[in-house]
Amino acid sequence: MDFSDTPDEAAFRAEARAWIQKYAPRKWLDSGQQGMPEIAEGKGWQRLKAEHGWACIHWPREHGGRGATAIEREIWDQEEGPLWRLSPLFTIGHNMAGPTLMACASKALQARYLLPLIRGEEVWCQLFSEPGAGSDLAGIRTRAQRDGSDWLISGQKVWTSIAQYADFGLLLVRTDPHAPKHRGLTYFVIDMKAPGVDIRPIRQMSGMSEFNEVFLDEVRIPDAQRLGDVGAGWNVAMTTLANERAMGLTVFPPQVEEMLALARTTALDGVRAIDHAAVRTRIADWYITANGLKYTELRTLTRLSRGQQPGPESSIIKLIVGRGRQQLASFMLDVLGPSGAIMESNQVGHDALFQAVFLRAVGNRIEAGTDEIIRNQIAERILKLPGDLRIDKNIPFSEIPTAPTSCGNR
Amino acid sequence: MNLDFSAEQETFRTQLQRLLDERGARQVARRLASATAGFDGSLWSALADLGALGAHLPEAYGGFGGQRLDLCVVAEELGRTLAAVPALATLYLYSELLFDTGDEQLLRRVLPELVAGRMTGTVAFTEVAGSAVPLHPTAVLRDGRLWGAKTAVADGADVDAAIVLAADGTGSSLCWVDMHDTAVHRSRLPSLDLVARPARLDFQGARAVRLGPAGGGHALLQRALDRAAVYVAFEQIGGAAAMLEKARDHALQRFAFGRPIGALQAIKHRLADLFVATELARSNCYYGAWAVTSGSDELPLAAAAARVSAGSAFETCAAECIQIHGALGFTWESDCHLYYRRAKGLAVALGSEFMWKERLMSHLDRQAA
Repeated sequence: MDFSDTPDEAAFRAEARAWIQKYAPRKWLDSGQQGMPEIAEGKGWQRLKAEHGWACIHWPREHGGRGATAIEREIWDQEEGPLWRLSPLFTIGHNMAGPTLMACASKALQARYLLPLIRGEEVWCQLFSEPGAGSDLAGIRTRAQRDGSDWLISGQKVWTSIAQYADFGLLLVRTDPHAPKHRGLTYFVIDMKAPGVDIRPIRQMSGMSEFNEVFLDEVRIPDAQRLGDVGAGWNVAMTTLANERAMGLTVFPPQVEEMLALARTTALDGVRAIDHAAVRTRIADWYITANGLKYTELRTLTRLSRGQQPGPESSIIKLIVGRGRQQLASFMLDVLGPSGAIMESNQVGHDALFQAVFLRAVGNRIEAGTDEIIRNQIAERILKLPGDLRIDKNIPFSEIPTAPTSCGNR
Repeated sequence: MNLDFSAEQETFRTQLQRLLDERGARQVARRLASATAGFDGSLWSALADLGALGAHLPEAYGGFGGQRLDLCVVAEELGRTLAAVPALATLYLYSELLFDTGDEQLLRRVLPELVAGRMTGTVAFTEVAGSAVPLHPTAVLRDGRLWGAKTAVADGADVDAAIVLAADGTGSSLCWVDMHDTAVHRSRLPSLDLVARPARLDFQGARAVRLGPAGGGHALLQRALDRAAVYVAFEQIGGAAAMLEKARDHALQRFAFGRPIGALQAIKHRLADLFVATELARSNCYYGAWAVTSGSDELPLAAAAARVSAGSAFETCAAECIQIHGALGFTWESDCHLYYRRAKGLAVALGSEFMWKERLMSHLDRQAA
């Protein structure tokens, strides 16, 4: 066991590092740089990378990528380091839209979309979830109806990140309400600037707005924008989601250093909180959990380095991070005492961090697969336990029982 | 990046698994659990023949010049099968501590016999309920003789030698004692963990050879305990994985309400949680294995993380495995309780979970200072 690169990996890292050092905007190379970049800065960095063959390095060469291995991609991400802040606008496009287009779209659509995507000229979002269909994605109700060589789309999508910046969206809709739920779906590319697309930010319980709801009112989409056959949208959606899983999660940080710093600078009963017996064991608990997460990632990297797929170990991370961050934040607010309930924290250097985590981590347990769905996946895919009973699987979608007010209620 | 065992080590693991399976390690452990006999001597010899007892030791002492990683593989497989052998006493504690402290003559005399499975040993430190390691031992080393008593000594009644922590002038020292000395009185203690064979040792002026510097006892012992904690952690994830597998198999075979109980989310989600706990512990263990093999100064941190994480995973998996078996799991005939007992036995063997958390925190304090 050792943590060093193989000779090939080291050579790749050196090449990537040299290029980044030469071309990256100095300002965003500095991890201490405050704030977020302008959209134009992000697009500029993407274009520069594309011109030099460093954009979407995991894409095949025929589509402008580098055909990089999974471990090379990981090394590139490590070397890009603080520059990640220039790229969140392209996460969905490069990791989900691109691979889905390559696998399921016509040559014409590939020719139209892939190059502007890799060059950072066009931004993509994903329109899957609806108010009435989250974990049960195949229960979506947004309707598409034929109108000559076009389709007319009406309905509502929700939890759509970056919809307000997006040029195009990956859209899953219902084309046949009389077919069983998985078989009446069809998949399209939607122009987010088209008439009838109405994007409204959602205000989360944290007060932030990271997501949108998207209302679709008779939006016209040409049939040529369809991916896969009519009624085969579920398979295309699975391709998208498999690529989402493959990119790994943008895992929220376990905030170990911040936890230690706060416990060292906060006084409790005349001692530093970190020296208080009740605090000490809880700190140790989270340190050990975070340590386990770190080495779980290194186990996955080991598999990538050996040219293997990520193993089952990679599936545990999100489940631990979501619940763990929520519990950690709650405990750190306990450590702060009455000040824990003050959002304008006077804790020097901590800037109400754990108050923010306390509110945001709630969502970590829900987004990109709820804790419950992930447990089902671990149980069924890894432990090979039987699937749940699906009473709605083989009956027409229109006959599936629903709650009287199932749609749109929050 | 390489945080996994090598292909050779995986081959070694397969050989071990085959041996443990052929010898019916678990069945023998169950038989011995009901008897007052010693350990599974026949399995111990077979492990010696396979090279498992000296894989990690230098060739000069009869070993096979491998890495400590090899011992981690052995520990995981022994933990999986509940093998009733003195691995904790002889391999994880005694051989490591002796290797650190013994003079050339002692090492050349003892280690080859140990590797061949002909001699066993243990390390004795605990004296009363509470701390595993007494701050001020009451056992005394004076003029080459040892006086006093130790309790909860792993395999104490069955081994050939012991390294003992004793007061020595103003500090504490380690000393080596031949268990066949007539001034050593050994009595087996009733054990919660039916696979273990703890004993009380009374030393009434037994001949004792000091190991390491006078006054260096605690420091040397602590280093050895850190390493032993990593090996024990591997036994614990072996045990945790065995319990998870047993629970899962039962959940597929047991039908209730017209379905395998493994189709019920109450059971599925619990099994998923056990999987998560086991994998998280495994990652901590691999970090421990790296630290123990590379001689990193992060060892105290890595050992504590591995030991706490794996101990908790094993205890949880064993308890929940019984729960998933329902009343069947509560019977003497089920193997579940052997693991449940073993999980607790290993959890306290080198000091409690909170003691290891404190070791981790003190290490972080030192790092920050």
